[in-house]
Amino acid sequence: MYSEKVMDHFRNPRNMGEMKDADAVGEVGNPVCGDLMYIYIKIKDDRIDDISFQTFGCGAAIATSSMITELAKGKTIDEAMKITRDDIAGSLDGLPPIKMHCSNLASDGLRKAIENYRAKQKKE
Amino acid sequence: MKYVYLDYAATTPMDPEVIKEIENHYRETYGNASSFHTMGQKAAQILENSRETVASFINAKTDEIFFMSSGTESDNLAIKGVAFKSKERGNHIITSAIEHHAVQHTCQYLEKQGFKVSYLPVDEYGLIDLKELEETITNKTILISIMFANNEIGTIEPIKEIGEIAKKHDVIFHTDAVQTLGKVPIDVEEMNIDLLSASAHKLYGPKGVGLLYIRGHGVRKGWGKYIEPLLHGGGHERGLRSSTENVPGIAGFAKAVELCKRNMKEESEKLTKFRDKIIKEITENIEDVYLNGHYTKRLPNNVNLGFRYIEGESIILSLDVEGIATSTGSACSSKSLEPSHVLLAIGQKPEDAHGSLRITMGRYTTEADIDYFLEKLPPIIEKLRKMSPLKKGKKYMFDPTYETDQHH
Ligand SMILES: Cc1ncc(COP(=O)(O)O)c(C=O)c1O
Ligand code: FES
Repeated sequence: MYSEKVMDHFRNPRNMGEMKDADAVGEVGNPVCGDLMYIYIKIKDDRIDDISFQTFGCGAAIATSSMITELAKGKTIDEAMKITRDDIAGSLDGLPPIKMHCSNLASDGLRKAIENYRAKQKKE
Repeated sequence: MKYVYLDYAATTPMDPEVIKEIENHYRETYGNASSFHTMGQKAAQILENSRETVASFINAKTDEIFFMSSGTESDNLAIKGVAFKSKERGNHIITSAIEHHAVQHTCQYLEKQGFKVSYLPVDEYGLIDLKELEETITNKTILISIMFANNEIGTIEPIKEIGEIAKKHDVIFHTDAVQTLGKVPIDVEEMNIDLLSASAHKLYGPKGVGLLYIRGHGVRKGWGKYIEPLLHGGGHERGLRSSTENVPGIAGFAKAVELCKRNMKEESEKLTKFRDKIIKEITENIEDVYLNGHYTKRLPNNVNLGFRYIEGESIILSLDVEGIATSTGSACSSKSLEPSHVLLAIGQKPEDAHGSLRITMGRYTTEADIDYFLEKLPPIIEKLRKMSPLKKGKKYMFDPTYETDQHH
């Protein structure tokens, strides 16, 4: 059902785990399937210096969270905001149609983290 | 690599004796059972012998067994057949909230056709309430359709008691015994069952062969004919199911039943032992896990466990990587995102209903298979829990009392 790439990220997730000293966290969920994703980011000079995830969800949700951490790492926050679900699914050699929304979760999670970071910057 | 199949509720491998039987008939009994010549009559004879084998297994009469193409077709004919034939008598059907989709979606379809359907709730174990069943019966009720045993959580319903209530109120009683035949003794007389559905591929027979037991071959005192065919044509199966009979497949079904007759007691003891071992080991050694379904009113081959904070698909995917085949709810729900209607009906929160694992064993399961599974599972659960943002005592996003960004 899943591509080799998806299975690779599912079995060996990259950048997995809570980040205690994150600059911001993006928290998103899908009420239909009940899945939940946290994206943690650390920013240096407007770039994503470090990123990690925690996910409660299906195999695709885990693989897409892992993939987005790889795609986003080192990018400027403006570049990172532009990562789409198709970029993620494409980098994983595709997802089954019913699982496309799982990659939404990952791109939304990252955007939410960046928005939270920006909001915090404004306050400070 | 070691491959351990623990998904017998989805389907079973065919028994080698069944394969041999089917192959022989494909080669040697290729006649059409309706043909007048010797080859046709030979096929007709096999068909009748098969009917007899199956009938005696559930204490039915030979002419009350009707062969179909699947469990799904059998459920459809039982429910729609009665509804369409007896709509003058009444338009009310009673079923349960935990039926297989073959029953549930058929009932929903009939609702669109103007029938009234009551979906009886179940308790935390998946059992219906007999008092509530009796109170739900009206003078418009024509049919009660309650499954013998549930395919996801293995709960066995009080069939004999349901049969008594149905008889008392002169309502037809259908039971979906697709998961039950061959695992638990069935006696349609003693249990007052009027219609019973079964499917060969769940008991080491071929896929695409099912049966419907029809009391009185479709005639009932005070009702006359009570079942309308869905397939019209050459009038096979006493006019209730036209289609040239799948004689090799049916003979394979009969062979499978014969083997169950021989092995059921022994097999059921073995599987009960495995079942209880898995439940004990896992609930004792892993935290935040619970059993779905009943401890004793349960199919001998079914275990269904809920693991908090993680999601079912990621568990089965991880087990599959280790060469172990299991499933979440039913095989069909792997194509849908909604949590299982069965787990919701037994009162689970949606996030818990997503975290279930169904292990179903069978004839070829060995103690070594169980030990392999028990060795591989705990590290998988641990790894997935590490990956999950959900933790004990932490509020969940979809919890009504949750406040956003509370943890910052
Ligand atoms: C309880 C129950 N009813 C009906 C069916 C459908 O049977 P079949 O696959 O033969 O159509 C199944 C299994 O698939 C089942 O588990
Ligand atoms: S099914 Fe919902 S995130 Fe994958």
